Amino acid sequence: MELHQLTIHELQKLIRSGKVNSSDIVKSVFKRIDAVEGSVHAYISLMKEYAFEEAAKADHSIREGNIRALTGIPIALKDIVCTKGFLTTCGSRILYNFIPPYDATVVEKLKEAGAVFTGKTNMDEFAMGSSTETSYFGITKNPWALDRIPGGSSGGSAAAVAADECIAAIGSDTGGSIRQPAALCGVVGMKPTYGRVSRYGLIAFASSLDQIGSFTKDVEDCAIMMNIIAGYDPRESTSVPLDVPDYTAFLSRGIDGCKVGIPKEYFIKGIDPEVTEAMSRAMKAIEGLGATCVEISLPHTEYCLAVYYIIAPAEASSNLARYDGVKYGFRAEDCRDLLDMYKKTRSAGFGAEVKRRIMIGTYALSSGYYDAYYKKASQVRALIKQDFEEAFKDCDVILTPTSPTPAFKIGEKMDDPLQMYLSDIFTISTNLAGIPGISVPCGFTRQGLPIGAQFLAGHFEEGKLIQIAAAFEKHANLKQRRPNL
Amino acid sequence: MLKITKKEVEHVAHLARLDFSEEEKVKFTSQLNDILMYMDKLNEVDTAGIEPMSHAIALQNAFRGDTVKDSLSHEHSLSNAPEARGPFFRVPKVIE
Repeated sequence: MELHQLTIHELQKLIRSGKVNSSDIVKSVFKRIDAVEGSVHAYISLMKEYAFEEAAKADHSIREGNIRALTGIPIALKDIVCTKGFLTTCGSRILYNFIPPYDATVVEKLKEAGAVFTGKTNMDEFAMGSSTETSYFGITKNPWALDRIPGGSSGGSAAAVAADECIAAIGSDTGGSIRQPAALCGVVGMKPTYGRVSRYGLIAFASSLDQIGSFTKDVEDCAIMMNIIAGYDPRESTSVPLDVPDYTAFLSRGIDGCKVGIPKEYFIKGIDPEVTEAMSRAMKAIEGLGATCVEISLPHTEYCLAVYYIIAPAEASSNLARYDGVKYGFRAEDCRDLLDMYKKTRSAGFGAEVKRRIMIGTYALSSGYYDAYYKKASQVRALIKQDFEEAFKDCDVILTPTSPTPAFKIGEKMDDPLQMYLSDIFTISTNLAGIPGISVPCGFTRQGLPIGAQFLAGHFEEGKLIQIAAAFEKHANLKQRRPNL
Repeated sequence: MLKITKKEVEHVAHLARLDFSEEEKVKFTSQLNDILMYMDKLNEVDTAGIEPMSHAIALQNAFRGDTVKDSLSHEHSLSNAPEARGPFFRVPKVIE
């Protein structure tokens, strides 16, 4: 095994025992990036020089015995979190030259824990997409099959972890943007409870749905990352002032007696038969570990997609009003007056999917349509949240497929927005209800494409997710299988 | 039935400060119609008396002390501006 293939906890052990230092690890990761980035294209920008400088500093700390949770570990950041002094594009032309003057809270926290950043990963423009194909900076390929998409919107982070181009990565999840690419790339992806991780410095898409989370090579690393990024932030008024447990304490608790809800509405037409088979095997596996599967009902499931595709674009149309060519980013040339400048800048700066969503959102919020769309969607959203509250009276966690299909071919769904939106059918209800979810690898198709299982729990019960995902992962034993790049 | 006409697409585009070519307008009108038709599904749900939900976690107003803290300098705030002069953002002429 090479250093770039290892997990955070494996590298921590090697660092503590004095066998390797941060410079060795960073060197190994950048050697890997040099070898495979040309075919994967997981990154928008690399921070190579910075990474080696930080590694040298980490080595100094290690020699002094000052070793923190991530000292010297290379971490990639989705290009949606602000990094002071480093390009942050959100995958958009309209921010092609934006250098934030401050760090996102999650970036500060990772720095305090000793992390070394490798670069900023590719993503769908403004996180709007399920395939990373809408990025202004090119398409990311799935490391398991280079003619397929890595999922999205955090496809770059998922691919970087799967291809060992970093040890772990940060992503954001508004409707499945961490869990779906994690499933399609065969890694672990956690979307925490709304309010668990500060969104300060996260470029806003849909503020009532957005949440930051992690991509890791295993569940233990997920617990380590959660320990660092979770917690209240006075600068972010929707972050929740609750104590954060030690998530690593949940790793070895086992799941004897655990009740796992299987929502009957999630086994729908259009779901790939190999995904259904993998789910049946996963249910048997967790029952073998002492859990019981019980059928539950989430009766408003079929309305989730419609609710999401009103609320998310409505919030986006408002959040993206700030991109006007005045304060930062791209500005169109040869403008007659201010209004002309706004229109030319936004029309040339945003891609087709972003414009489509701004249009849906603006329409849904416009005079005369507000009650029919936004208000109605917000009412149905309340019913969706209620469904989960009812369901969790009968079970501890819920198990579903993460995505209805494995990774699809590049270009396959680009011309059919509704087909693309269906990729998120199992993940969006989580964001609407604000609950946490984790995707964990659960098998492969006969063609060798990864399949993910999703576990969901009640608000602030990420610990339960880590508990069941860790037990399941140990049993599934898929970690040895790696993409052949 | 058409949910949204090309004329309405033009109106919404203006509200959103976007410009489209004729070809884009036709494509968007058709795509937005498909999407809005799909949204009609929500009319099947009885929502009488249901309070619209804005946030998943109901927090009370988040207040903090009115204390002076460091903030971004003029220089930093203007560092990304396409055009700036002195302590100001510069834009094309607003009034004739």
